[in-house]
Amino acid sequence: MIKSCMRKILSTVSVVGLLCSTMVLPQNSFGAETQYFPVASSRVGPYSAMGTGYYGAQIDYMNYVNMTGGVNGVMLTWQECETEYNAVKTVECYQRLLQKDGQKIVVFDTLGTPGAYAVINRMATDNVVLAQYGYGRTDAADGRVWPWVFNAASHYWSQIGVKLRWMAEIEGGVAKMKGKKIVHLHIDSAYGREPLPAMRKIAADWGITLIEIAIAPPGLEQQSQWLQIRKEKPDWVTFWGAGSGMNSTAMTNAARINFPRTKMMYVTFGGAEEDMVPAGDSAKGTYVVANALPGTDFPLVKNIKDKVYGSGKGNLSDTSRVGTVYWNRGLGAAVMWVEAMRNAQKIHNKVGKAVTGAEFRDGYEALNMTDERLAAIGVKGMVAPFAISCANHEGAGKFALMQWDGKKFNKVKDWTAPNDPKFIRQLVEDSAAKFAKENNITPKKCS
Amino acid sequence: MKPVFMTFTRGDIINFIVLMVLGFLIIPMTITNGYWYSSILIPWLCLALAAVGQQIVMGYAGQLSLGAAGFMAAGAFACFNLILRIPDLPFVGALIISGLIAAAFGILFGLPSLRVRGIYLMVATLASQFFIVWMIDKFGWFKNYDTSGIITAQNIEIFGKSFTSPIDMYYVVIVVVVILTLIAMNMVRGSAGRNWMAVRDMDIAAESMGVSLLKTKLEAFAISAFYCGVAGALFAFTYLKSLEPVAFDIKLSFKIMFMVILGGLGTINGAFIGAAFILLFPVVLNFIGNTVFHGSIDATIISSIEQVVFGALMIIFMIYEPLGMAKLWESIKSKIGFNKKK
Repeated sequence: MIKSCMRKILSTVSVVGLLCSTMVLPQNSFGAETQYFPVASSRVGPYSAMGTGYYGAQIDYMNYVNMTGGVNGVMLTWQECETEYNAVKTVECYQRLLQKDGQKIVVFDTLGTPGAYAVINRMATDNVVLAQYGYGRTDAADGRVWPWVFNAASHYWSQIGVKLRWMAEIEGGVAKMKGKKIVHLHIDSAYGREPLPAMRKIAADWGITLIEIAIAPPGLEQQSQWLQIRKEKPDWVTFWGAGSGMNSTAMTNAARINFPRTKMMYVTFGGAEEDMVPAGDSAKGTYVVANALPGTDFPLVKNIKDKVYGSGKGNLSDTSRVGTVYWNRGLGAAVMWVEAMRNAQKIHNKVGKAVTGAEFRDGYEALNMTDERLAAIGVKGMVAPFAISCANHEGAGKFALMQWDGKKFNKVKDWTAPNDPKFIRQLVEDSAAKFAKENNITPKKCS
Repeated sequence: MKPVFMTFTRGDIINFIVLMVLGFLIIPMTITNGYWYSSILIPWLCLALAAVGQQIVMGYAGQLSLGAAGFMAAGAFACFNLILRIPDLPFVGALIISGLIAAAFGILFGLPSLRVRGIYLMVATLASQFFIVWMIDKFGWFKNYDTSGIITAQNIEIFGKSFTSPIDMYYVVIVVVVILTLIAMNMVRGSAGRNWMAVRDMDIAAESMGVSLLKTKLEAFAISAFYCGVAGALFAFTYLKSLEPVAFDIKLSFKIMFMVILGGLGTINGAFIGAAFILLFPVVLNFIGNTVFHGSIDATIISSIEQVVFGALMIIFMIYEPLGMAKLWESIKSKIGFNKKK
C-alpha cells in the first residue's frame, strides 16, 4: 500500500518537475557597461503597421547609438516582447521585460493608450518611467501627481484643441464655428475616448454640436456609422482610429457617401502612409495631425539609413518605410530615451555608467529639446522643440497639420498650440487632482 | 453530513496533498522572482478558475456556452463597485457577492438553454458577452464616471492587512481557487454533477427519470457564472490591477472555451491544464523566438510564426488527443508509474 502511494507521489512530482524544468529562464551575460531597454512591440494584428514602424525605428536608433560609441560609452541592450496592442498582454510583457541579467528597465513605452493604462499604476513602485510618446493618459502631464509618467510628444487634449483651432482657422474664426456640427468618430477604447473630456468642453464653449460615434475594435465594420454621418451631415469629422484597416476603411466609406475628405481630420495614430495608401484615391485631401513629421532628409534619418541599413542591421525589411510617419515617431521617442539617459548621467555624475530608474526619471524631466539641441542630434524640424519641467510633463503641446495628396503628405500648417493652452492645462490639473484625491496621493511639491 | 473526501480514492488525496505542498510551500520558497507570480501563476490560476466554471456548464452539463468573459466582467465590475460603495465590506465578502451577481446573470442568460441546444445555444449565450460589456461601457455609474473608461482596482485588504506584493496576491488567489475547486470537485461527484451529466448525455432520458431540466440547466449556468465572476474579480484585482471592459472581450470567452476543450471536457484538472497551455504556450513561444532567433530572423516574422506554431499545435492536439490534455497527463503518469514497477 505504502509502495503504491510512494509511486503515485513520485510520478506526480516527476511530471510536475519535468514541466517546471523546461520553463526555467536561461541567463545571458555581458562584458561592457550596458543599459537595458524594453521593446514591448506590437508587430502582429490589426495595428501592425504602427508597431513595426515605431518599434523598428527604436531598435534602429539603438543600433545606431551602439555603432557610434554608445551613450558616453554605455552600450544599449534590449529585449522584445509582442503585445499585439492588447492590454492584458502588455501587462505580461511589462513583467517579463522588467528585469534582464540583474538590470531593471528604466523606461517603458506601450505605444497604446489601453496598454499604458494597464501598467500606469506600477510605475511609481517599480521606479520605471512611462514615456507616453504622444499617447496615453492625458492628466499624467501633471508631474506633481504623476512623477513617473510623461507625455513627451504632447497629449490628446492638446491635440483636439489644435484640431479645433485649425478648423476654426479654415472656417474663418472661432465665431464662425457657432452652430457647426462635428462628428467625433472614434474606436471604442480608452484611446478613442481620451480626447472627449476636453473636446466636449471646447465644443460647449464655442457652440458646436458634438456628435460622438463609436466603432467597435478592430473597426473594419463602419457601415452603420457612416450611414449615421450621412444623416447628420456634419461640417467636420474628427477621426480617432487605430490600425491601417480601420483608418483606410473610414476614407473609403467617406468616399462612398461623398463626404469630403478635406473635412476629415485624422488623429496622429491614424494618419500615416500605411493608413492612406490602402484607401487609394479615396484618401486624397485627408488632413492628418502629426507630432513627428515624416521625411528622409533629416540628418539623423540619413545617417541611420547609411550606417544601420547600410551594414544590413536595419530592423525593417522594407527600407522605403524609413522616414515615414510611424518610423520617424519611433525615432523621436528613442531619441528622448537616449537624451534622458545622457541627462541622467550628467546630473548624477555617472557619465559612462548605466543609470537607475530614479536617475533616468530625473534625466527625462530635465529634457530641454531646443532647436539647437535637436539640430545637434539631427532631427531639427522633425519634432516641435520642447522642455519638460517638474510640474509640466507634457512636451511642446504643439502639432503640425499635413494633407495627403495621393502620394505623400504635405505640411499645411507648422507647429501650432491650441487656442487656449492654459484652459487645456487647467483641465489636466483638475483631472489629476481628482485622481490624486480618489487614490489618496499627495501631489509632489514643485518649487 | 458526508466527509469532504468520502468519494475520493487514496491516490486522489495524495495528489491533492502533493499539489498543496507544492502550491503553498515549495513554490513560495523556491520562486522569488515577482514575474512568475504576477505574470504566470496568478493569471493561470484565475483563468483556470474561469475554465472550471466553463467546464461545469460545458463539460458536465453539456450546454455550449460562450459567455465566460462576460460573466467575468460582471464579477470584476461588481467587485469594484461593492468595495467602492460599501465601505466596510471585506474583500472576501465582496468576492462572494460579486460571484452571486454574476450567477444572477448566469441564470438570466441560461434561460435560452431551455429552448435551444448545441451550436444555437452558443449563439444565444453570446448575448451575455455583448450585453454585459455593453452595459458596463454604456452606463458611467459602473465605472464611477471615469472619463477614460479604465479604472484602477482598489488594493486588496483582508483583516486590515493589505495584499499588494505579487506573492501576497498569489496566496489570496490560490486559497480562493483551492476552496472553489474542491467545492467543484465535490459537486461534480455528487447528485448535482450526476444530474448535469445525465442532462448532457441524454436530456430526454434524464427528464423521464425525474431530473428537472429547468432546475439542472439553470443550476449549471448559475454555478458556472459564479465561478467565472469570482475568477473575473480576481483577474482584475490581482493581475490587471485595472478594470476595463475591453479586457473581457469575446476573445477571452473563446480562449476559456479552448482551455476547456483542449484540457479535456468533463474533467476538473483539464481546466487547469488547458488554462496552462493556452496561457503559457504563447509566452514560451515568444520567449524562445526572442532569445534563440533574436537578430537572425526578422522580428515581424518571429511574431507571426509564434501564432502559426500555436495554431498548428492546437490542431495536432485535437487530432491525436481528442480527449484533451487531461487524458495525456493521465497516460504520462501511468507510463512513469508502470516503468517504476518493472
